[in-house]
Amino acid sequence: MTSDGRKIGEVTLNLQGISLAFGGVKALSQVSFDVCEHEIRAIIGPNGAGKSSMLNVINGVYRPQDGTIHFRGHEWKKMIPYEAARLGIARTFQNIALFKGMTVLDNIMTGRNLKMRSSLFEQAIYWGRNRKEELEHRAHVEEIIDFLQIEHIRKTPVGRLPYGLQKRVELARALAAEPVMLLLDEPMAGMNVEEKQDMCRFILDVNEEFGTTIVLIEHDMGVVMDICDRIVVLDYGRKIGDGTPDEIRNNKTVIDAYLGVAH
Amino acid sequence: MAQSGAASSLAADTFPKLLLEHARVRPARVAVREKDLGIWQSWSWSQVADEVRALACGLAAQGFRRGMNLAIIGDNRPRLYWSFAAAQSLGGIPVPLYQDSVAQEMLYVLENAEIEYAIVEDQEQVDKLLEILPQYPKLKHIYYDDPRGLRNYRQPQLLAYDRLREIGLEHHRQYPDFFHKAVEQVLPENVCVMLYTSGTTGKPKGVCHTHTGFIAAARGDVEFDGFTPDDEVLSYLPMAWVGDHLFSYAQAMVAGFTVNCPESSETAMNDLREIGPTYYFAPPRIFENLLTTVMIRIDDASRIKRQLFHAFMKVARRCGAEIMDGKPAALIDRLLYALGDLMIYGPLRNVLGMSRIRVAYTGGAAIGPDLYRFYRSIGINLKQLYGQTETSVYVCKQPTGGAKLDSVGRPLPGVEIKIAPNGEVMVKTPGMLKEYYKRPDATAESISPDGYFMTGDAGFFDADGDLKIIDRAKDVGKLADGSLFAPQFVENKLKFFPYIKEAVCFGDQRESVCAFINIDMQAVGNWAEKRNMPYSGYVDLASRPEVYDLIQECVEQVNTDLASEAHLAGSQIRRFLVLHKELDADDDELTRTRKVRRIFVAQKYALLVDALYSAQTRCRVETEVKFEDGRRGKIEADVAIREAKAFPLPTVKAA
Repeated sequence: MTSDGRKIGEVTLNLQGISLAFGGVKALSQVSFDVCEHEIRAIIGPNGAGKSSMLNVINGVYRPQDGTIHFRGHEWKKMIPYEAARLGIARTFQNIALFKGMTVLDNIMTGRNLKMRSSLFEQAIYWGRNRKEELEHRAHVEEIIDFLQIEHIRKTPVGRLPYGLQKRVELARALAAEPVMLLLDEPMAGMNVEEKQDMCRFILDVNEEFGTTIVLIEHDMGVVMDICDRIVVLDYGRKIGDGTPDEIRNNKTVIDAYLGVAH
Repeated sequence: MAQSGAASSLAADTFPKLLLEHARVRPARVAVREKDLGIWQSWSWSQVADEVRALACGLAAQGFRRGMNLAIIGDNRPRLYWSFAAAQSLGGIPVPLYQDSVAQEMLYVLENAEIEYAIVEDQEQVDKLLEILPQYPKLKHIYYDDPRGLRNYRQPQLLAYDRLREIGLEHHRQYPDFFHKAVEQVLPENVCVMLYTSGTTGKPKGVCHTHTGFIAAARGDVEFDGFTPDDEVLSYLPMAWVGDHLFSYAQAMVAGFTVNCPESSETAMNDLREIGPTYYFAPPRIFENLLTTVMIRIDDASRIKRQLFHAFMKVARRCGAEIMDGKPAALIDRLLYALGDLMIYGPLRNVLGMSRIRVAYTGGAAIGPDLYRFYRSIGINLKQLYGQTETSVYVCKQPTGGAKLDSVGRPLPGVEIKIAPNGEVMVKTPGMLKEYYKRPDATAESISPDGYFMTGDAGFFDADGDLKIIDRAKDVGKLADGSLFAPQFVENKLKFFPYIKEAVCFGDQRESVCAFINIDMQAVGNWAEKRNMPYSGYVDLASRPEVYDLIQECVEQVNTDLASEAHLAGSQIRRFLVLHKELDADDDELTRTRKVRRIFVAQKYALLVDALYSAQTRCRVETEVKFEDGRRGKIEADVAIREAKAFPLPTVKAA
């Protein structure tokens, strides 16, 4: 139990000895860490440390040369993206990846794709079981719209929205898949203080209301230290620190990596 | 059907009885709609009656008794409207609070009204009440409608509305005739609601209205404009404001029309379009915002559309209002107007969400001539009304077909008005307040021995018998040379320009008039963008010489206007400055209804006022601001001061 009453469970995702190289470039070497159920876990590190690569390994976009991934009782040498999605891993991207010309509502609906059972043909002509199904999905999407307080932009094309709101829409789409684990790649990059506060609130709310496990990459140390339960620090593809915010704050290696060392 | 409803509801002399009457006469008709999760949900009159009964029983089971006050805080939600009826059914008094007040402002009202029970909308309001709980431990029960984010709150005072409702249903099963008995015991002369005045002067005062008074006012309005159960309104104005209480609660209860609650305050304008209300009430500020949005979009439209718009608006200005009022107009104008209606006015009304409007009212502040003419010329029956919290806004209204820009209309049936020797308007109305809560001194002060309410407004009747209001009676002052100075009159003239959001004029006991100006960020921002003028924010934009030039033109235009009115020519603005900060209710510079607190502003910016009346051309100031989350910050700026040209009185009017 944490101080605010959340229950942190057993280890749900365990990465052991992950190594990833692109040709001669070693992106990750022998990185091991775990994520517990319901926790908020941060991955931090300087530019090029391998943070985004790590997320890509978790949801199967990159295939590591070495290491194992345990997730909810199963073991993989490498994850496959659609498998990851089916197992309940959803993510957002560092540079927003939404359909700019589509409305907020339609964008979020795409997040429900995996849950749709009717055929492409039925969906195309809005016929048969698709009708009922679409209504149910719409109802679920509306819950998320309400949750993230974006009712006023429901019908607005995403391309016309300010950056902060686009980020929120991306989070909404990820939530539409009803994930058990959410990977957030720099959810607060480029936001002003107020937008950051809102986003923090939403991340905490998602974690609290839906019990979603969250793994996030973030550069704003204030945010990371405030909202995360545990932090992994990467540098040049190696893990150099792992622990609670307090432990990380006092970790000599981490301080050196961030501030540089006098040689 | 409307007739039978009106006839039978005459017997219903309290709000709970009116509700039960509607539930009996038109049980299946829609009483309330709310957009929730993207879909309009509706409740019929009989469902509303059941909900109110459940809530009232729940409150009774929780110990809420006759004579107690129930605080209601939140946006316009059906459940909060039902809370009014529930409290009234038990002989209690609902006390709505402004939902955007900060915690400390709420503290005063809670203490003054000795609130023990509160029904609030969501976590935001719960947090505020919990914040002041240590200072006000008397608050025993807080019920919340939306449980979001409140899962881990463990305070014993908190209970979910849903749970309260269940308790009520259980209570009703045990004592099935409790509710009806309670309603029978409510007397028409009991207080039905307590509305706190916005506090332009001093601490807010609780205005107590009786069922008889408020129902009489609402019924007078309903008969005057012929509202029926078929009418639709959108309720989006603060629930604590008398206007909303009259229009979304009292009139709906009397006429039986449908009240629609928007999804959130940000979506109100979209929801307006979806609902297409037939009756609409808004302060001038809202009409102005709507018009500004339209004009900005027109400016960005293609050339053909823009020219078409302006050409037809010219026709509309010439004859639109006359055609609507059924007055004579040239045949060619009629044809052009019909064409314009097809191409421009109709679609425009649709965009504004006003296609079905039968009657629209504005009040609370003066409306700009351009604004007023615009709406009327495109076929929206916009009229003005006059009234206060204390008179249930039942004093004057413009009749359909007899609306004039510079008057507020004629006294309504049953209203008597006389003008005091000092110009103050005195009113006797069926909707008169009973008293100010726990303030016999204030009550005695504002009701004359012969039963007239002192409005505090200065005004007079014109030749047609229409009432004209010029300013607050106590604000009307004199310049050093003895000529008349009505600050609001001048400020309103300034505010009618789209670029000026607020203005504060000084001049009482001084040799000339000077002004503070607040620019309108949206309009001036757009103006700057068009000129490729970069700016970093409000402070920067407000200090630009180009913006000063723009504002100077407006000020001099006002001076020209003033010069043509003999007794006000002395009020021309000699020097002005553009304030570095927007006046804000959070900083106590405006009231919650956005009226300027002139004296407070004069004290806070004394340095700038002194600079205006010296020869200085710049003045350096530092101002503290309060952010929405309660933090404080400082704004520093070097404010420029400009002189404006004054015009001599036209010596001889051209014959």
